[in-house]
Amino acid sequence: MRKNKIFEDIVHGIFLILGLITVGCVLLITVYLIISGLPAIREIGLINFLFGKEWASTAAEPKFGILPFILSSIYGTAGAIVIGVPIGFFTAVYLSKVASKKVRTTLETAINLLAGIPSVVYGLVGMIILVPAIRHIFKVPDGSSLLAAIIVLSIMILPNIIKVSITALDAVPIEYEDASLALGATPIETYFRVSVPAAKSGIAAAVVLGVGRAIGEAMAVMMVAGNVANMPSLFQSVRFLTTAVSSEMAYSSPGSLQRNALFSIALVLYMFIMLINVVLNFFLKREKEK
Amino acid sequence: MNKRKIYINTMRGLMFICTALTALLVLFLFSYVLLKGLPNITWELLSTKPSYLQNRIGILPDILNTIYIVIATLVVVLPLGVGAAIYLNEYAQNKKVVELIEYAAETLSGIPSIIYGLVGMLLFSNNFGTSILAGALTLVIMNLPTIMRTTQESLKTVPQSYREGAFGLGAGKWRVIRTVVIPGCIDGVVTGCILAIGRIIGESAALLFTAGFAHAINGFFTGLTSPGATLTVALYVYAKEEGEFAVAFAIAAILMVLTLLINLSTTLVGKFFAKRRNI
Repeated sequence: MRKNKIFEDIVHGIFLILGLITVGCVLLITVYLIISGLPAIREIGLINFLFGKEWASTAAEPKFGILPFILSSIYGTAGAIVIGVPIGFFTAVYLSKVASKKVRTTLETAINLLAGIPSVVYGLVGMIILVPAIRHIFKVPDGSSLLAAIIVLSIMILPNIIKVSITALDAVPIEYEDASLALGATPIETYFRVSVPAAKSGIAAAVVLGVGRAIGEAMAVMMVAGNVANMPSLFQSVRFLTTAVSSEMAYSSPGSLQRNALFSIALVLYMFIMLINVVLNFFLKREKEK
Repeated sequence: MNKRKIYINTMRGLMFICTALTALLVLFLFSYVLLKGLPNITWELLSTKPSYLQNRIGILPDILNTIYIVIATLVVVLPLGVGAAIYLNEYAQNKKVVELIEYAAETLSGIPSIIYGLVGMLLFSNNFGTSILAGALTLVIMNLPTIMRTTQESLKTVPQSYREGAFGLGAGKWRVIRTVVIPGCIDGVVTGCILAIGRIIGESAALLFTAGFAHAINGFFTGLTSPGATLTVALYVYAKEEGEFAVAFAIAAILMVLTLLINLSTTLVGKFFAKRRNI
């Protein structure tokens, strides 16, 4: 009997450790990013680093200002949200409330496919179709631009926005809609004036999730945005926080200020993501409490 | 009255336009990539490695590397993820601990892959070299939440009475888990595996600096310890650095087909287990 108890305790202990691994991973990532990100910030100075307008890491007199990356990331994400959210929102309302079962299943399969496409494929298609198209239509010398990144990102966040919004819209109690219909509202009015407001925290969570995905995307942006450290402007080549890290990592030498600065950029990106997580959790909790 | 009509019609119109746009987008993306890529897939491309001497590009090493990395990742992540889910569902009593673990899992699934790539480089590649193994371990952290979530969902569907029945027959906790709980959550584990495979195949940013770019043909165990590009990384290199768009589209087409297959099998697996449960 005694031996049995010890055995069970050991098993319990093993599962406890397995359970705590996720916590350990988060701590490990956070600690590693802070340790490797702080030295460069200390050397450059926080204000110079965050608000410096010029990035010239390989110049004779190197400059490490990441304001262009921060702003490009923010503008790019905002642009993707402005295009992607309305399209995703209306599609979600249609699929959740109006569409027949057959249409809904078919389209949901399609949307799942869209979510499963690897980001390099989006990047490739963007490079071949979008970039030349932008050059042609807007008569700019190079189509690799913030606009191309925005369009690619808005497509990439669509599945997230649609799926999470559908879940929220499906969860609206049917009584709300029945009451509205009984009072004489048409179905469409009911969906947009009753169901959508009732699902608003869920839809907000969908938007925040889209923000997280857009700000964290690296490969697709790298392939269509051109990667020049300009201040953001719609038809110019730009570099995001994510692409700033990946484009110079390959040729920066370990231990150099340049490489350390790349880790600092990653730390800034991580801070953004953590902030987004807090906001996301706020909305998800509100959705649950209903 | 008129205003109302305008509102209704605008909203209806917008819904139709947006839904049609989404549908057309998916249709276009798939047909475009497949049409441009499939004709470029030749037996030579699939069965050889790149050679500058013969001026030829082959993606066999990349295919093998992708398979290796999928296997290595799953072997490590499955016990970890399933174990964590079992702890949460069967052992954990303290609500605070459960909340902490779930919050950590959510955080992990929100971290962008480029950050995983960096941390993986610091943690793994700097210690035992840029290699498939370093890439796989990075992907383990990334996929942990996926496996955990799907397993947990299916653990919740194992009826409490099964566990009570086993306890009543005098089984210890571990025996109950081994004989009742784990077999009952197999559908969640399978679904989690498929989802993880999809993510691993599609991942590139996390592998650039952990698994590297090499295109050499290796056996499984040498492959693990040497650097190697997966299909997605190869696509990126061929498209962005070398301008070999025909090869890039061929790889893209393969990836699209794999995406299709993975989505199809998730649905089929779901249906299969749902049927089995009802009997």
